[in-house]
Amino acid sequence: MAGFPLPSEITTPPGAEGWQELYSYSSTCSPARAAYEDSMFWFQDGVHWPKALLPWDASLMEVAIMALSQYNTRHLLVPPANGIDYRIVNGYTYLSPVPAPEADIPARAEQFMQRAGHYFMNWNELYDNWLVKIRDLVKEMEGISFDPLPDVEPLEVVTSGAGRGAGGDLQANYLKLLTCASTLWQYHFEFLNLGYAAYLDFFGFCKTAFPGISDLAIAKMVAGVEVDLFRPDEELKRLARMAVDTGITDAFKLGDVEGTCEALRAKGEAGQAWISSFQQSAEPWFNFSTGSGFSSQDKIWIEHVEIPFDFIKGYIDNLQKGDDIARPTEAISAERDRIVGEYAALLASDEDREAFNGKLGLARVVFPYVENHNFYVEHWSHSVIWRKMKDLGGIFAKEGFLEDPEDIFFMKRHEVPDALFDLYSAWAAPAQPAGPHYWPPIIAKRKEIHAALNAWKPTPALGTPPEVVTEPFTIMLWGITSDSIASWLGGGASDDGSLGGMAASPGVEEGLARVIFGPDQINEVQEGEILVAPLTAPSWAPIFGKIKATVTDTGGMMSHAAIVCREYGLPAVTGTGFATSTIKTGQRIRVDGSNGKVTILD
Amino acid sequence: MTTISWFESYWAGMKSEVGGKAASLGEMTGAGLPVPPGFAVTTSAYRRARDESDLDAHIARLLHGLDITDTDMVSERCAKIRQHIATMPIPEGIELQIRGAYLELGARFGMKDVPVAVRSSATSEDSPDASFAGEHDTYLWVRGAEDVIDAVRRCWASLFTDRATCYRVEMGYEHRSVEMCVVIQKMVHPKAAGVAFTLDPTNGDRSQVAIDAAWGFGEGVVAGEVTPDNYRVDKVMLDITKRIVSDKTHEYVLTDHDTVERVETTPERASAPCLTDNEIKAIARLAKTAERHYGCPQDIEWAVDVDLPEGDNIILLQSRPETVWSKKGPTTVVQPGQKTGDFMSSIVSTLMSPLYTKGPDGS
Repeated sequence: MAGFPLPSEITTPPGAEGWQELYSYSSTCSPARAAYEDSMFWFQDGVHWPKALLPWDASLMEVAIMALSQYNTRHLLVPPANGIDYRIVNGYTYLSPVPAPEADIPARAEQFMQRAGHYFMNWNELYDNWLVKIRDLVKEMEGISFDPLPDVEPLEVVTSGAGRGAGGDLQANYLKLLTCASTLWQYHFEFLNLGYAAYLDFFGFCKTAFPGISDLAIAKMVAGVEVDLFRPDEELKRLARMAVDTGITDAFKLGDVEGTCEALRAKGEAGQAWISSFQQSAEPWFNFSTGSGFSSQDKIWIEHVEIPFDFIKGYIDNLQKGDDIARPTEAISAERDRIVGEYAALLASDEDREAFNGKLGLARVVFPYVENHNFYVEHWSHSVIWRKMKDLGGIFAKEGFLEDPEDIFFMKRHEVPDALFDLYSAWAAPAQPAGPHYWPPIIAKRKEIHAALNAWKPTPALGTPPEVVTEPFTIMLWGITSDSIASWLGGGASDDGSLGGMAASPGVEEGLARVIFGPDQINEVQEGEILVAPLTAPSWAPIFGKIKATVTDTGGMMSHAAIVCREYGLPAVTGTGFATSTIKTGQRIRVDGSNGKVTILD
Repeated sequence: MTTISWFESYWAGMKSEVGGKAASLGEMTGAGLPVPPGFAVTTSAYRRARDESDLDAHIARLLHGLDITDTDMVSERCAKIRQHIATMPIPEGIELQIRGAYLELGARFGMKDVPVAVRSSATSEDSPDASFAGEHDTYLWVRGAEDVIDAVRRCWASLFTDRATCYRVEMGYEHRSVEMCVVIQKMVHPKAAGVAFTLDPTNGDRSQVAIDAAWGFGEGVVAGEVTPDNYRVDKVMLDITKRIVSDKTHEYVLTDHDTVERVETTPERASAPCLTDNEIKAIARLAKTAERHYGCPQDIEWAVDVDLPEGDNIILLQSRPETVWSKKGPTTVVQPGQKTGDFMSSIVSTLMSPLYTKGPDGS
């Protein structure tokens, strides 16, 4: 079978020589492991890391993959699947599922039944507890402060007999943040794969009973009506409605946020009420990344309030045109009941109906986690982590270690303690730290290398693919199937010149393509266009109201983007691999979301 | 009693007035199964015409001393009766009502002299209509009120076919006991036509509707001489899950002189899909309604009528129970004796032998 380049065959892009220095030694390929690396199949994860990783950002990738593996392998013993091995290749993340040894599977199955069984039996209680745990963790992270070191410790530090000071706290707090990140990702995978497993069980039943049933139909039966992931968008709509109801919309005609706020304040009570209502929504709901949440560079609504403001303005326009922007929850709920009722009625026996209802029931119990965790982990918690790291970067910048606080993301996670030690001991002496001479040239060089890595187009996979992809989570989380691998090998285009991908949301639409490469280009998208992007994020929801269809390079049927597309009833083809490099803005394209096909008509 | 009964105003109490065929058309219309639109000229019209022209006495005279074993005699006398009925006067009020209804039917589609089918729908307490199905007359492509009136009379006359007449004599039934209702129905003029199954004929999947469709009249599809476009629609979601557009090399079309003729299609037309997405979904909805109405998987014939406005242009021509998969009996997921409550074993086997790696066809 034809394959992809081997990891050892990948060459460094020009200008990126020495790129391995940007990442931890364990995360890159090495000659000592080359035989193993070349023998495995690796796929690029563009869903979570579409661009070359920044050195510090790689920490969250590594900890996330580690936690996933840990739960499969050490906690739950998922019978056929061990964890996932990863490598950073030219700055991009490549993953390789590790199968469980065939001989171990029966024993693992027994353990899995007991361990996973406990979670399924006590799901609601455990999930309620999870929501408490995750909020506590966020609070703990929020409580971590990275303050500049004082000239003199306050008197009470001395009089309280604490016996330690700000320098040590700074070091400890950094380690605490790392520990929190590790805890965060363990929490994330405490439930996630179990959620998918129960979903897959229902999915498998439906596909057996109804071979022609679409993935979408199954998703619709399970999907929740009130979903936290849609809450930020709901808050935008609420604020737009409030502005209309209280007659303060002309304040939003002014261009920028500052002008709008000034005009709102000038409106007295109604304006003030709106501003404080916005602030209430913002915590936590606008801790919402414009990307996957995995990049320190993605904008977060709460830090770039112009983003939610623009969306609110759009919704105000809609309301003034008389559009109904409310999510019709009752209709969604009734439609869900109809779908379930009709499929159940078509089943061949009462036993089948009983099994169907049981599996659907379990899938619905577990699914809120699958739908909601993304907000709590990737958006809210990560937002806090990025903010804290920028605070820490601010301290380094103040002491001349960094030119810009955000340059801290060009440090590796284990370099930060060294730099902190430098800063701390120089502060203590006081003496001249080495950092201000040591770091700026390194950071400058790394920026050059990173730019060169970003310019590299990652190959979708490395090594020899398996004949059939059977690893459940590869399929669910990343949408990688035997078909998608075949399509990558074929360069994306099928015999008739169309692009193939996942039929993520059904329907057929034709229209002009708008190709964008990131959230900064969202404003370019015009009413009635078809969005073509490397991937979409849940936080792009407000523009889903004006586009006709979506095409992405990456993503599976359960990717967060797919969930939002289905919610908005837009045809979508995900995981095409090559859409953004094949399609040009302004081309007429046809998106067949029922069959996973994109055709360029021009 | 009412003379004219439109299909859409039919209710069960009218069955004895309109006969089996008209009752079934009325019932289907009421159930949301759009048969070609039309109306019934009820038995009360027949009764009045019969009574006012003293038909009974005439029949009694002609059938007096009939030897039902003498086929020549039967044939001659019955022909005389039929001839009499076919030319007898219709009471003026009734004739006006039939003409009025026919004009109204045409006006619905903005058509003058709309071509209609005029069909017999006999009623009788003792002999089920079915016994003589095909014996009674049907006239196709009838145009103009004059011809419609004529055809109505000839349908009435078809109560006295040789076989039906002999049957009544033999069984000792009164000839008065059978009455004739006449159905007048728009002739379907299809843009495209075909068949639909309320399950996937390749695997028995009841969540799917399978549609075969070709240009023009459905003859070619039914006979299997045209490779039709093939569509699969999810019955619950009403999404088109599969579409294969075939090379439809010829089609059956209506000629200027109301006959159906086989013609070659142009290459562009041959390879163009013969249904729009909305039409595909409407046909699926229709098939689904038929399945619900009859309570089991159906095999239907349908047409898209060019004369009818979009939204009302999908016509059900026939619906009968699907036989192939229905005979095999249901394929259950849960095997007999298997427990359904053990979700953990099921989750484990799901993870081990993942069905979700398969494509939508289970391939």
